Amino acid sequence: MSAARPSRLQGRLVLFAVFGFLYLPIAVLVALSFNDAGLPTSWSGFSFKWYAALAGNGEILGAAWNTLVVALFATLISTVLGTLLGLGMETRRRKSTGLEALAFAPMVIPDIVLAVALLTFFSLLNVTLGLHTIIISHVIFDLAFVSSVVRARLKHFDYSIVEASRDLGASGWTTFWRVTFPVLLPAIIAGGLLAFTLSVDEFIIAFFTAGAGRSSITLPIQIYSMIRFGITPEINALATIVMGVSALALLISQWLNKEQMQ
Amino acid sequence: MSYQSARSNLLAAPAIAWLVVFMVAPCLLILSYAFFERGVWGGIEYTVTLENFARVVDPLYAKIFLTSARIAGLATLLAILIAYPAAYAISRAPRLRQPMLLFFAVLPFWSNYLIRTYAWMVLLNREGLINNLLRWFGYQGEPLSLLYTESAVIIGLVYNYLPFVILAIYSSLSRLNPELMEASRDLGGGPIRTFWRVTLPLTLPGVAAGGVFVFVLSIGNFVTPALLGGGRFQMIGNVVYDQFLSANDWPFGAALGLVLIAIMILLLMLQARATAHASGERARVEP
Repeated sequence: MSAARPSRLQGRLVLFAVFGFLYLPIAVLVALSFNDAGLPTSWSGFSFKWYAALAGNGEILGAAWNTLVVALFATLISTVLGTLLGLGMETRRRKSTGLEALAFAPMVIPDIVLAVALLTFFSLLNVTLGLHTIIISHVIFDLAFVSSVVRARLKHFDYSIVEASRDLGASGWTTFWRVTFPVLLPAIIAGGLLAFTLSVDEFIIAFFTAGAGRSSITLPIQIYSMIRFGITPEINALATIVMGVSALALLISQWLNKEQMQ
Repeated sequence: MSYQSARSNLLAAPAIAWLVVFMVAPCLLILSYAFFERGVWGGIEYTVTLENFARVVDPLYAKIFLTSARIAGLATLLAILIAYPAAYAISRAPRLRQPMLLFFAVLPFWSNYLIRTYAWMVLLNREGLINNLLRWFGYQGEPLSLLYTESAVIIGLVYNYLPFVILAIYSSLSRLNPELMEASRDLGGGPIRTFWRVTLPLTLPGVAAGGVFVFVLSIGNFVTPALLGGGRFQMIGNVVYDQFLSANDWPFGAALGLVLIAIMILLLMLQARATAHASGERARVEP
């Protein structure tokens, strides 16, 4: 036990170093977004001008709108389908390995493989690429995540309350809406928020399934084309906003998950 | 009973249909394309051939595979070397603080991948923070070209995937029975010996899970090499990208994609074996 003290100090040093490594790049970006010069060379005063520039940039606003449209539709569809999939898998008497693999696959297939597979598929069927093809593609991995969150909740579910409801004369439908659904709701919302975050951030699959027009460029595609050719100060402000929104959605999702565990 | 099953199947049906139509079918399609010839004007010539796979092992592409494997391997190794002490420190922190520490370790993982990579472009730039700090400390020479190097690509990959490796190793460490460590100490094993002979072997499944994750995502990555390598480092992901979006040779791109999937499946199988082996080990240790 005499070794406990130095090891605790070492532990703190390790955590300090690793957290420094994880957060320094992000902190620099956020700080630069308020730098008048906007370049990492020097600090030339606090300013909101890059945020103002962002508000006047039609291309970025258009891309942000597209991202919102894609994320909302993909979240809506995947939350419904993913919840039903979770319910279907958990209420099955016999577990099916094929079904498990199918529901798990979207989370492990390399993005680039799924992206080129979808591009090939849509072009074979002569489907015009656009926001709708991005939405269809995002639903694939979104629903896998929603169903896994819902299933985790169902694993802790006390089925005796369903039986109690049935014994008291409620129909299956009433039992679902009055008993099962309210209990599941935090998990459904948490899963939906997760799907939304994933959809807002997703780049590779959107990039391949967006087609050529400007009308279907999402924010990550826009960011990629901007940073590919070097550093632009506006990106710092945009990055700060995007990270803030993701962190907020994640915090709410975490909070809901904590609620449901109690 | 069959009524119950029928209803369960009905609930799952829409999602299954979506996955079969938009995931399974496209993946089967790309599988079949890998065995066809490329048309004269791009497009597909429906003649069966193995030539695409022959090209994969052609010295030019074999070299790209080796480069990708080296970069991904180094990133994996570094990520594990950084993540293990971090996960260990979190598992040793006061119980109540552990969830918070874990949450903050994983939080960066949830911000946009492109933005995290871009943050390193800002840091590693010739006018970036690191060069500025060097100058501030009295460095006189030419600014260092840190960006657009292989090291920059590796740093980017490690940074992006580190949180997940910490999580994977931590979950192994937290499942460890503390009595085993006490037993080792009672039997005269010092802290170092206890670590090498007890803690590390029992947490190898977590290390394997995190390592496989980093390696698989790194080897097929095209964003990080394009941004931090400045396009100078071709990795398999970049070649796949080129075949589909510029060279218009879809069958060859498909073949490369299949090789990526094969590597992934192989590694996942090895990881499953490592886990099975470790639990066998545990069974021997625990009476």
